[in-house]
Amino acid sequence: MTPTPTPSPGRTAVARPTGTRFTRVLGAAVLLGMAWLVLFGLFLSPNDEKQKAGVRILYIHVPTAWLAYLAFIVTGVSSAAYLFKRTRSLTWDRIAGASAEIGVLFMGITLVTGSLWGRISWGIFWTWDSRLTTTAFLFVTYIGYLAVRNLGGTHQQRARRSAIIALLAVLEVPLVHFSVKWWRPLHQQESVAEGKLSGLMLFSLFVGLIAFTLLYVWLLLHRQRVMAMEDALDDQGLDVALAERRAEGAQV
Amino acid sequence: MSTWRIARLIAAKDLRIELRSRIVTNQVLPFAALVMVMFAFALDNDAVLTRVAPGLVWLATMFSMLVLVQRAFAVESADGALDALQVAGVRPGGIFLGKSLALAIELAVLEIVLLIAAVVLYQADVAGSGVLLLVATFVAATTGLAFVGTLYGGLAAGAKGRETLLPLLMLPVVAPVLIGATRATEAAFGTNGATSSEGWPWVGLLVLFAALFGLGGTLAFGSLIDE
Amino acid sequence: MFAVMSTSDQTPYVIASYVITLGGIGLYVWRLLARARKIAPQVREEDRPWT
Repeated sequence: MTPTPTPSPGRTAVARPTGTRFTRVLGAAVLLGMAWLVLFGLFLSPNDEKQKAGVRILYIHVPTAWLAYLAFIVTGVSSAAYLFKRTRSLTWDRIAGASAEIGVLFMGITLVTGSLWGRISWGIFWTWDSRLTTTAFLFVTYIGYLAVRNLGGTHQQRARRSAIIALLAVLEVPLVHFSVKWWRPLHQQESVAEGKLSGLMLFSLFVGLIAFTLLYVWLLLHRQRVMAMEDALDDQGLDVALAERRAEGAQV
Repeated sequence: MSTWRIARLIAAKDLRIELRSRIVTNQVLPFAALVMVMFAFALDNDAVLTRVAPGLVWLATMFSMLVLVQRAFAVESADGALDALQVAGVRPGGIFLGKSLALAIELAVLEIVLLIAAVVLYQADVAGSGVLLLVATFVAATTGLAFVGTLYGGLAAGAKGRETLLPLLMLPVVAPVLIGATRATEAAFGTNGATSSEGWPWVGLLVLFAALFGLGGTLAFGSLIDE
Repeated sequence: MFAVMSTSDQTPYVIASYVITLGGIGLYVWRLLARARKIAPQVREEDRPWT
C-alpha cells in the first residue's frame, strides 16, 4: 500500500504503520457502526416498559461482555496452537496477547457499564451473583496474564510461559465459577437478560453486536501488528549489538 | 532415580533449610498470629468473630502463604540453584512435587497454629463428627494450596517485581479453595448451625482442585521454570 | 425489582456508560496508533509484511 522509500531502518515517518486497505475499510465500518449504535441506542429506540432508559446501557454492555468472552477464548485457542508443536509460531503468541489485552479492555467496560445498569435497575452497583463474580475474576486473571507477558526473556520464553498461564486460566475459570455458584445459590436466577426485548430494541442490540465485533477484529489486527513490530525491534537491537561486538573483535 | 525419590530429597532439603534458618518459626508464624489479632481489632465483636472465624483462618493462611512461597523460591533463584538442578537433568516433575511437599508441610504447621488461635481467640469450637471433616478439609485444601503456590512461585521466581506479581497471579486461582475450605470448616465448627454433613461436598471440590493443579503443575512446571 | 428510578434520574447513568465505553476505546485506539507510528520507522520493511 504505502511504499516506504527507506529499505533500512531510518527515521522517515510511515504513513500507515499498521494499516492496510482491508483494515481501513474495516475501520470505516466500525466508525459507521458506532455512530449507528449511538443513534439507535440513545435516540431512535424506545424506552423499555420495565427498565425504562436503563435498557439503553444493555446495547453496549451485552456486546462488550460477549466480545470479551470471545477474546479470552481466542487467547486460549491461540495459546494451545502455540504449544502444539506442529503449529508453533510466534504469530499465535501475539494473537493470544493482543486478544487478551482487548478482552481486558472490553471486560473492564462490561464491569463498569454493568454496575451502572445494576444501580438503576436493582438499586445496587454489585451483587455476588455467580456470573458477575466469575466475570470479575476473569478480569483480574487476564490482568495477571498480561503482567506475565511483560516478565522479559526471549520471545520464545515469553510465548511458552504465557501460553501455559493462559491454559491454567482455562482450568481456573470453571473452578471459580462453580465454587461461586455453590457459594451463593440464592442469586442464581438473577440473570442479566431479564425482561423481553423486541423490535427496535432488539435491532439496536444487533447493531451493537456487529459494531463491537468489527471493532474487535480491527483492534486485534492492529495490536498484533504493533506487537510484531516491537518483537522485530527487539531482534534488531540484538543484531546491532552482536554486529558491534563482532566489529570490536575484528579490530583487536 | 524415580520421580518420587527426587521429590522426597528436594522436600527434605527445603525443610532442612527452613529448620536451620528458623525464618518460618521466628517470622512467618508470628506474622500469622498477628494477623489473627488484627482481625479481632478490626471486627471488634465477639459474636461476629466466632461467626467469621473459619474464613479468617483461611484468609490468614493465604496471606502467610505468599510469604512462604517467596521464601521457597528465593532460596532457589539466589544461587541459580533451580537452573543447576535442571542442568543436572533432574526431572522438573520431581522438583515440582518435592517443593510442593515441603510447602504443604510448612503450611500445615501454619494452619495448626492458626486453628489454635481461632479456638483460643475467637471461641471456635470443634466437636464429634466435625473432627474428621476438619482433618479432611485441611489435608485437601493444603495440598491444593501447595500445588498452586509452587506452580506460580516457580513462574515468578527470578522475575523482576515478583513480590507484587505473585499475589496478583495466585490469589484469583486459590479463590475456590478459600470458598470451599471456609464452608467446610464452618460445617466442622458448627458455625451458624451448620452440620458436618454439609461440609463434605466442599471437601470434594477441594480434592478435585488439588488433583487438577497437581496434574497440571507436574506437566507444566518444567516449561515454566526453564530459562 | 426494576425501575427503582424515574427515567430522568436514569439519564446520567446511561450517558455515563456511553461516554466511558466510547472514551475508553478511543483512548486505547489513540495510544495504539501513536505507538505504531512511533516505532514503525525503526522497523525494517520486510518485518512489516502487511504493508
